[in-house]
Amino acid sequence: MNLSLSDEQVFLREAARGALSRFKTFEAAREALDGDESALPDLWATAKEAGWPGLLIDDAHGGAGLDAFDAMLVLGECGRVLAAIALLGHLPATAILGDAPAGSTLLEPLATGERRAAYLPVSPPDDLSPDWTVDPPRGFERFAPPTATADGDQARVSGSLAFVPDAPGADLLVGVALLDGRPVGVAIEAGASGVSIEAAARYDATRSLGHVTLSDAPALLLDASEESLAASWYLAQALIAAESLGSVETALDVSVEYAKERHTFGRAIGSYQAVKHSLTEVLRQLDNGRSLLYYAGWARGGAPAEFPLAASAARSVAGRALDQAARTMISVHGGTGATWEHDAPLYFRRAQLSRRLLGGTGAATDRVAGELMAQVSAA
Amino acid sequence: MDLDDTPEQATYRAQVRTWLEQHKSEAPVLEGPGAIEDESEIIAARRAWQGKLAEGGLAGVTWPKEYGGQGLGPIEQVICNQEISKAKVPGILDAIGVGMLGPTIIAHGTDEQKGRYLGPMLHGDEVWCQLFSEPAAGSDLAAVQARARQQEDGSWRLSGQKVWTTNAQFASYGLLLARTDSDVPKHKGLTMFIVPIDAQGVTVRGLRQISGEAEFNEVFFDDVAIDADAVVGGVGNGWGTALTTLMFERVTIGLGSEGLGYNSSRFAQAIAADADARRDPEVRHQLGEIASELLAVRFTGYRTLSALQKGQVPGPEAGLAKITIVSGAIRAGDVIADVIGPDALEDGSEWAYMISFLPGLKSAGGTEEILRNTIGERVLGLPPAPRLDKGIPFSELRSKEAAAA
Repeated sequence: MNLSLSDEQVFLREAARGALSRFKTFEAAREALDGDESALPDLWATAKEAGWPGLLIDDAHGGAGLDAFDAMLVLGECGRVLAAIALLGHLPATAILGDAPAGSTLLEPLATGERRAAYLPVSPPDDLSPDWTVDPPRGFERFAPPTATADGDQARVSGSLAFVPDAPGADLLVGVALLDGRPVGVAIEAGASGVSIEAAARYDATRSLGHVTLSDAPALLLDASEESLAASWYLAQALIAAESLGSVETALDVSVEYAKERHTFGRAIGSYQAVKHSLTEVLRQLDNGRSLLYYAGWARGGAPAEFPLAASAARSVAGRALDQAARTMISVHGGTGATWEHDAPLYFRRAQLSRRLLGGTGAATDRVAGELMAQVSAA
Repeated sequence: MDLDDTPEQATYRAQVRTWLEQHKSEAPVLEGPGAIEDESEIIAARRAWQGKLAEGGLAGVTWPKEYGGQGLGPIEQVICNQEISKAKVPGILDAIGVGMLGPTIIAHGTDEQKGRYLGPMLHGDEVWCQLFSEPAAGSDLAAVQARARQQEDGSWRLSGQKVWTTNAQFASYGLLLARTDSDVPKHKGLTMFIVPIDAQGVTVRGLRQISGEAEFNEVFFDDVAIDADAVVGGVGNGWGTALTTLMFERVTIGLGSEGLGYNSSRFAQAIAADADARRDPEVRHQLGEIASELLAVRFTGYRTLSALQKGQVPGPEAGLAKITIVSGAIRAGDVIADVIGPDALEDGSEWAYMISFLPGLKSAGGTEEILRNTIGERVLGLPPAPRLDKGIPFSELRSKEAAAA
């Protein structure tokens, strides 16, 4: 039994914390919300220096050859400081390419970070529906994924995807399209004809999102298995869960410190049960989330059949934990917590937008039920 | 990162499994065809089985060898529990004695006490109960009022009442926390005693709960004579001795959470069995939330084991898992009863007992509110609430409390 961080993992985490601490990410996030997007530091340069773009790419292709859990640790550090960094889109894209021999020629510049990829998120079927779906630009109904027509190992892809993380400015788009109704992996040069990417949703200025429209866009067909294509969705779930829990950690730290210092009626507000218990509730959800990151990290390699369940559970708990942490942070700080001067609104904006991305936290929660009921019915 | 045994643990597991395979047929049957039904026969059979487990080295795994244990660590204890559960045989009857009270006596007892009591406890010859909580002292345990007065010959006379006492109806001894000095602040005037349950003046009365069953007892003490050598850990040191017991209780809870059977697959199965419920968005969403948290607790358990393996002792944050399990199981019982309907509450139902048992479990082993206080103060470092009882002699507390109200 070993579910603790290795020395290398502790080092990876500390190095990431150190590298990101050089930037005033919270100030930048606020200025960007005010319209000055140039305030956001170029953290991709930091990522390149640290080798993060190649985290999941094997060393034969210039990457670090680490696993999903290591990537989650880095995302957690990004979440701690609300860093705007394009790993959420890049890493699942590299995972698909790494699983497909046809994609391997694209890996090297992605490993160094010279080129940046964005993952086109397509949600796999569940126990109730055989359909692959994408997030709609608006509303409750989920849309069909892009379709591909093949010509040898090349294809033409048409369709649209909304709210694609890190799509603006990406060099390569990697995801899933339907070819004769079957899911296939596709890699599309973002600069090719027939590709349009429109920046979207600025509620959280640290989150780069784009609506992607493909009209007969030329694509490389990727010979990745259906399992691998589905796993990329769950990898993205696990990564955004890790990022969210990182934000919960610092939101809780700041709230606890304030609750120790701020006095009312002659005593620190943290001594009141109402405040103490609400902070303990954030810790409870955070700790549950951490355990599920271990579950997802272990399952990714150790029990791939459980990875959908583990990653969805992590996403579900982490999404709710960040909402709880942000709201608690605001109420513990009183009126100040709801003002532009404070960092609490930045956490709140991060929480509200993140929970609606990549299928949404609610769908991840439903997926947990579906996976479990499918498991027990099969048994 | 892995969930596998080390080679040494695998060897130990194999050894336990072999013993269980060889002795499984001697275990009492408590469920299904041929099950023993008479309550006192069940107890007798389980005591005998505990004796066999002890002889085989499957009881008191973490006890030192000199007291009949195996001198192994908590990981081996968990492995042993897992194998016993896999073999579908009962575990030891006196988990409270062997898990919490025996270790307290090992830590604080005299050589005579260790020599006299530990062996029969481990083998199930004498079952023990924990006599700490009182009707007016639960969360605030140091407020116990059971009073022991020392006599001229050094012996003691005990009067008072204890409650929530598991196993008292067939216990031989209890470890009892009593007030021996009311003129000092409440944590200082306490002493721990070993009390024979068959002594003159001890009355045990079953306490029925929501389920209708009496799993706990009230125990009354009316001028009970206790020998001078029954004190554990010294007169006036009862609070420190009690904290040792509570530390072992935390370890037991931290390692045994899966054993309650409140796991996500079991709940999912109950819901999946109903084709309409299975497709209902509200039911799915509820199940998804509950199951995510219960899955988390499973891996919190594995994290705790990893930490134990490195020699770290579980801290108060272990209480978070208890809160999650209990609140998750309460929600699950609620959804399942919604799906099944009133039949879920009938006697024969798999769920009726769980649904009735959980509201009480919320307060057992530390109420949710007290756990959140402790975790807030000791894990997050938040300041405690101001106290009205600090430094005040116990005998003056009542009037102070009345004046403050």
